[in-house]
Amino acid sequence: MIISVASGKGGTGKTLVATSLAISIKEINQVQLLDCDVEEPNDHIFMKPVITQTEPVCVRVPEIDKEKCTYCGKCAEVCAFNAIAVVTKYVMVLSDLCHGCGACSYLCPEGAITEEERETGVVETGIADGVDIVQGRLNVGEAMPTPVITEVKSRAEPDKTVIIDVPPGTSCAVVNSITGSDFCLLVTESTPFGLNDLILAVETAKELDITCGVVINRAGIGDKEVEEYCNRENIPVLLKIPLDTEIARLYSKGITLAAGMPQWKETFESLYSDIVEIVDERNRSIKR
Amino acid sequence: MKEIVVLSGKGGTGKTSIVGSFAALSKSKVLADCDVDAADLHLILKPDMKEEHEFWSGQVAVIDGDKCTQCGLCQELCRFGAIDEFKADAVLCEGCGFCSHICPAEAITMKESLAGRWFVSDTPYGKLVHARLGIAQENSGKLVAMVRKEAKELAEKLGVDSVITDGPPGIGCPVISSLSGASLALLVTEPTLSGIHDLERVIGVCDHFGVPVMVCINKHDINDENTSRIEDYCSKKNIDIAARIPYDDVVTEAMIHGEPVVTYDHDNKVSRRIEELWDKVTA
Repeated sequence: MIISVASGKGGTGKTLVATSLAISIKEINQVQLLDCDVEEPNDHIFMKPVITQTEPVCVRVPEIDKEKCTYCGKCAEVCAFNAIAVVTKYVMVLSDLCHGCGACSYLCPEGAITEEERETGVVETGIADGVDIVQGRLNVGEAMPTPVITEVKSRAEPDKTVIIDVPPGTSCAVVNSITGSDFCLLVTESTPFGLNDLILAVETAKELDITCGVVINRAGIGDKEVEEYCNRENIPVLLKIPLDTEIARLYSKGITLAAGMPQWKETFESLYSDIVEIVDERNRSIKR
Repeated sequence: MKEIVVLSGKGGTGKTSIVGSFAALSKSKVLADCDVDAADLHLILKPDMKEEHEFWSGQVAVIDGDKCTQCGLCQELCRFGAIDEFKADAVLCEGCGFCSHICPAEAITMKESLAGRWFVSDTPYGKLVHARLGIAQENSGKLVAMVRKEAKELAEKLGVDSVITDGPPGIGCPVISSLSGASLALLVTEPTLSGIHDLERVIGVCDHFGVPVMVCINKHDINDENTSRIEDYCSKKNIDIAARIPYDDVVTEAMIHGEPVVTYDHDNKVSRRIEELWDKVTA
């Protein structure tokens, strides 16, 4: 089963929930935690994994053979990302803009384009206290997180319980991360910003036909609007984590909730069984 | 004209609350919300929308089933796994158009999609350029670039002193789009290990693009030890700590009232620190 932990708004507690859930249910089933927030991966701060393998993520960018090139301009014409410019007797490749689709090399009439690999990030695999860890890390200065996310997700083993820590927002990186999940857990806070972005996240999950449930973090601040919205939309609020200085203090030191306050383990176990029940129910209704 | 972009790396550190207050403090500016996939600035600036524009971008492949001979070449060559069973998946499609060039039956065309909308609004504090990326759409970077361009043009037309930009979290495409060429990046962080980790990465991006930075430590009193770590790190990198803002529930209260914290409770210590921060940023 694949559970993704997303939010819309940043800083609502995705990582806190994803890591606490992973730690709490690891005795029930083998858990694999995937950190798909490759721009700012934070799971490692809380899990402190021993990394056993680091693999580069590369985008294939064109290299022009000047001997063969006739400067016909076909490559520049077919490139949808303006990553190649041909000016009379000069070809300029802007590899930062290249998405690595391969159109230029395939379509070059002279066979003058080969591809070389350019590293844009890494995928690290390891283990932390019995939890399998896969984390992606986009290199600083690189624009495209999706190839790194795709590589992280390709290592998912769905016979384990896979927990995905999703980046904030609702754009392509988020869609890439949560596609294929059986359940999407949306972490929010009961403030106007939290609600606004929760609605966007719910719409994203709906668009992808993924069932979702809500965790309200720092419950007690703010207003009742988030809960009212969830009631109206029939989205279950599965867990509330109170605004608590001790939780915030532990978090600031890189200690996740279920590790620093073990009494929370049971709460996360029952969160997990609630999710399993919802997913099973949905699967049954699809079969019917 | 000065262009100030507020970033953080990590989400939820207080970018939007600070930009909302800057809006009230600054006399002469245009505001831009570049967090296009989870925009929140409008919730405290109460914009009265004056212009609405469509943002067409992000081509996707469409396969004409009548022309398709099911040869499978497109599926074989697509590197994004976007073609399955002779249909193109609009979400997975990268928009490269490779398939449309190689299809022997010329059955594939590239169609533009409505990727979002952008707006120009009046607020009690001046003009705001903002946007909404369509749900699950690509090209947030291009929409960010559009918002910035419009905000700068509007600022020039109105002859104001600055553009103040609320940036997105992270370090990727939309961040680079909102950052490159700006006069100053104000980085809002918090004294948590995640906040520090993410701050270091966003500083790396600013260095990479040659944009000068200032750091603001928000909620500095939730962990003094980590606040000192940020201060040490910044002093080694020769980065100015422009403000230390304490934790206070007033920030959430102001948000619920839909108001910048500096107008909601002018005498609060948070408001005072933000005023000092604004003075530093514009010095």
